[in-house]
Parts: sequence; structure tokens; C-alpha cells
Amino acid sequence: MSTAMVSEPHVLAVDDSLVDRAVISRLLRSSKYRVTTVDSGKRALEVLSLDRSVHMIITDYCMPEMNGYELLKRVKESAELRGIPVVIMSSENSPARIRRCLEEGAEEFLIKPVRSSDLSRLCSRLY
Amino acid sequence: MEYANLRRQAASLKRSLFDQGYLDEQFCQVEDLQDEASPNFAEEVVSLFFKDSARLVSNIEQAMEKYPGDFNRWDAHMQQLKGSCFSIGASKMNNECTLFRNSCGEENAEGCRRSFQKVKREHAILRQKLESYFQLLRQAGPARTATRSGGK
Repeated sequence: MSTAMVSEPHVLAVDDSLVDRAVISRLLRSSKYRVTTVDSGKRALEVLSLDRSVHMIITDYCMPEMNGYELLKRVKESAELRGIPVVIMSSENSPARIRRCLEEGAEEFLIKPVRSSDLSRLCSRLY
Repeated sequence: MEYANLRRQAASLKRSLFDQGYLDEQFCQVEDLQDEASPNFAEEVVSLFFKDSARLVSNIEQAMEKYPGDFNRWDAHMQQLKGSCFSIGASKMNNECTLFRNSCGEENAEGCRRSFQKVKREHAILRQKLESYFQLLRQAGPARTATRSGGK
């Protein structure tokens, strides 16, 4: 099933923090994205299996059970999902972590707090 | 005008929160996300923060009681709380969370207990101060223009 182009790109935001989900959701909406938020990598994969309209995934790195890197790997290992850009967010500026994620195929690694300028830059690059 | 006076009081309170280190620039970033579509976004996020942080504090308390000496577990819980503090610019709380995590790294249980008491104290103080701030803003009514005042 092909993803229909819509005027607003659909972003799946993944973060176990309730506060961070509220902030990133608001940031994305103010940058004219359509947003779905979930609180775990497992939930993200469930949404992705049901909804083919996701244009981008933005995920926190540090999450219990399945962290952002593990989610990234699962997405990139999937024939159906690997074309979806994945952006990682983290409050820790760890070069090893950044390198690992980018090598695994992450589109970008953003250091929290994420700014609207970060998202504008992403949007102009991806769409 | 009474509303102008209330706004000035709110701005002054916010300035003092920055000057005393309770808040940092990230709080202004959260307020800047407000617009006509979401005029109360900052208050909503702060409200979410205090609901969620109360839960996280309780989790830490239970972990310290049920799993004595399990510093990894204590640290994992505190990492979540610290992340939330960081996201709304709760600077003093964030610093106390860091000290707790440092004590975890040193496997210093007494240090953890002392830091945790400080985290709880800062949590209560910040809640009271931000409740006052938002109450002033509610009484003042909606701002005519989006301005950033009182912040650093």
C-alpha cells in the first residue's frame, strides 16, 4: 500500500516521558506536522504495523524495555518500514551513541531540548 | 489597569524564579510554544509535569524502600524524573536529581537519601511558586501579544 501524500507530513513521536511527549507534540504541530504520540518502542511498532501513513519517526533514545536505538534497528530491518526516516532524540550528547545511531541509519540525532529550528531543518531536508 | 498590574506581578515572580535558580531558559522555550491555538500550553505542561513527577517521586521512594542498595534501579527511576525536570526548565530540581544520581554512582546510600529529601523539597517549592505564577496569569487574562518577559 503506498503512502498517500498529505499536506501535513505524519510524524510518529515516541517518548516514555509524558512531559516530553506533550512538548514534542506541540513543537511538531506548530511546525505543521500531523502527530501521533506513543510511550514505547513496542507501541510504536504496533502503530506502524497498522498505519502506513507515517512519514517520519522521532524517538527518544533512553526508554525502558526497547530504547530508541533498538526501535531504529527494528524499523531498518523491516522491508515495509525501512524507508521511513528515523530521528533520534537524547538529552545526552554521547559521540559513541550518535555514531552508532547514524551508522544504523538514523536520519538525524537531535540533542534535547529539541527546538523548532531543528524540526524546520528536518522538514526542509526531507520534504 | 488591574490586569496590567497582575501581569507585572507575574513577570516579576517569573524573574525571581530565574534569579533564584528555580527555572532556566527551557521554561521560556515551553512558554514560547503557546499561541492562539494553545494559549495555556505552558500551564498544561507544567500541570502534567507535577502529576507525572509526583508519580516518579513515589516510584523512587518505593524503590529505595523495597530494593535497598539497588543503585541501578534507583538511578533508572531518577533518570526519568531528571528528564522531565530538564524538559520544563526546572533547574534546581534538575540539579538535585543530578546529585542523587552521582550518589548512586558512588553507591552512597546516605547521600542518595539526603539528595532525595532535597528533590522532594524542591519539588514542593517549585509547585507552589508555579501555581502562584499561573494563578496571576489567569487572573490577568489573555495577553494581547506574545511577549517574553522576566526570563533570562
